[in-house]
Amino acid sequence: MTAVTQARENFLESFARFEQRVAGDGQGWLRPLRRAAIARFAEVGFPTTRDEDWRFTNVAPIAETPFRLAEPSRTAVAPGDLEPFSIPGLAGPRLVFINGRYAPALSSPGPAGDGVRVTSLAQALTNGDRRVLEAHLARYADNARDAFTALNTAFMDDGALVHIPRGRIVESPIHLLFVSVPTAEPIMSHPRNLIVLDEDSQAVVIEDYVSLAADVYFANVVTEAVAGDNSVLSHFMVERESRHAFNISTLRVEQGRGSTVASHTVLIGGGLVRNNVHPVLAGEGGECLINGLFMANGRQHMDNFMLVEHASPHCDSRQFYHGILDGQSHGVFSGRIIVHKDAQKTDAKQTNKNLLLSLEAQIDTKPQLEIYADDVKCTHGATIGQMDEDAIFYLRSRGVPEETARALLLFGFANESLERIRVEPVRMHLAGLIREWMPAGRLVEETR
Amino acid sequence: MLKINGLRVKVGDREILKGVDLTVRAGEVHSIMGPNGSGKSTLAQVLAGRETYEVIAGEVLYDGRNLLELSPEDRAREGVFMAFQYPVEIPGVGMAQFLKAAVNALRKHRGIEELDAMEFLAMVREKIKLLGMDEKLLHRSVNEGFSGGEKKRNEIFQMALLEPRLCIMDETDSGLDIDALKIVANGVTSLRGPERAIIVVTHYQRLLNYVIPDYVHVLVDGRIVRSGGKELALTLEEKGYGWAEQESRATARAGK
Repeated sequence: MTAVTQARENFLESFARFEQRVAGDGQGWLRPLRRAAIARFAEVGFPTTRDEDWRFTNVAPIAETPFRLAEPSRTAVAPGDLEPFSIPGLAGPRLVFINGRYAPALSSPGPAGDGVRVTSLAQALTNGDRRVLEAHLARYADNARDAFTALNTAFMDDGALVHIPRGRIVESPIHLLFVSVPTAEPIMSHPRNLIVLDEDSQAVVIEDYVSLAADVYFANVVTEAVAGDNSVLSHFMVERESRHAFNISTLRVEQGRGSTVASHTVLIGGGLVRNNVHPVLAGEGGECLINGLFMANGRQHMDNFMLVEHASPHCDSRQFYHGILDGQSHGVFSGRIIVHKDAQKTDAKQTNKNLLLSLEAQIDTKPQLEIYADDVKCTHGATIGQMDEDAIFYLRSRGVPEETARALLLFGFANESLERIRVEPVRMHLAGLIREWMPAGRLVEETR
Repeated sequence: MLKINGLRVKVGDREILKGVDLTVRAGEVHSIMGPNGSGKSTLAQVLAGRETYEVIAGEVLYDGRNLLELSPEDRAREGVFMAFQYPVEIPGVGMAQFLKAAVNALRKHRGIEELDAMEFLAMVREKIKLLGMDEKLLHRSVNEGFSGGEKKRNEIFQMALLEPRLCIMDETDSGLDIDALKIVANGVTSLRGPERAIIVVTHYQRLLNYVIPDYVHVLVDGRIVRSGGKELALTLEEKGYGWAEQESRATARAGK
């Protein structure tokens, strides 16, 4: 048996145990979905670097680690342990997941009964109204495209469910905090989130992946977000996993007519990270902003895979991704825009800017446009560079010390991403995370 | 205040300044004029501390100290200011943050208490009015998306804010329409004073109609070939740089 098949076997065995565990808990309708997904995974296995979409990212370390499916954690987590992860100024609902499993004692889902649902997928699956799940769960994320999505679908039983009913404007951001805690052996979790905004509604959802452990673990996340007609969704993905962790996430967004979606991503942690963002502009006149920042040092590997599908006329998409790479880190940006046949008057723009701070850091950037309509506007551009010495001289010539000038410039580069964020407390919080990440962040703090 | 002796500077293999001598005293306004490629901007940049230029001979004394051994930031703290010909855009760095960092770096150096955000804003708001600039610029990134005129005014605004002793203006007038030129000129004129020296580097005589220099120097091919009073600028305007170049060749031949 080859190492690759052996790896696949481990995951299949885990699935057999998982299926036994969830048998008979009222989730029978999910069984065919899960089975189809694991069958797909068994068929294709993990991608390799021969696969065009994975050319720059070798996932063998994930395949070869004997991960066990996370059990309910025995490590006690006190509310105080999570204090460092709270976002100042947020007063909305917060759901906490420990190693991928919902932790009701640490969560504050907010008042129920006004039609807004912020709950765990596990709870939603086992009790209450399942209509929104049956209508949307696993309808968008594509198992056939991606083995990790298939794996997630096979193992899905917990994560967050956010449902905003028609016409409701929820101003307070909804914070979904996924915390990894130490375990005896490497574990995997497959958080599955579903965010549904009905017509004319509005919400802000923050997915936040953090760690209380320096362990090896594997978080394989899939989020399906459905933005109904005329709805407004701001989605944040903040990834601060342990340096030994693997994080593969997929955000699949389905946009209705006239909807506005902003996807903001900040990647800071993790050893090997793959960030898939895949919006489909399915209804006319939709707008989509895909804004990302990835900052890596040491031997971190961060792969950003964007796939923007224009499937209807008169939609706008804007992609801005900034990468900062230090040490021996490796960054990847693939930006693919597909304009389908009927998507006339598409206006799609993509920009990827990268700053290399060391000689050994590496970036691969790859735009890809596939246009099947004839009346469209599509532009793309990528830059790779070092710190702008002219800018440093400019700052120094005004008396700013060189070290502060460099820090300001680096922060400024990251801050260009933050300037696109309209949710003030989240923007401030992320600015703080960037300063913390920077070796000379203190100098930026001093000039505030 | 400033004494330049036999300054020779090269970039890569090319010698740009071939022996410049210049003395500037407090209270004076000097204009350095010259055709493109004569080395005007090089001189300005060397004085500000740009490291891409290599000084191969000569010295620059500022208040009797060797200016060339100071870092750009130390020169700024000692009161040297250059208004850039091409102000640099710095996306993501806010004007207010940048200006506060600069003002406080200077205050710290001078042993004055640093300003907090509120005090700083109050000071800045007052000065920004002097240059007829929109306060909204403070909330933008440094020079990003500024028009040509806004960028130049921003330089003079910084000059007013940092109150340098030696101001070097590197072609601040180029690319300005007459209204912007007047605003810039007024800004410079308001900074004239007995404690301060101003060097106006320019290609054209235009700005000198509003900022009347005490001395005019003509720089051709890396050398000052002629110095005189304000009337020299008018002669140049009339006769062109060709005249000064011929004069300089004639002088060089006579010297042999």
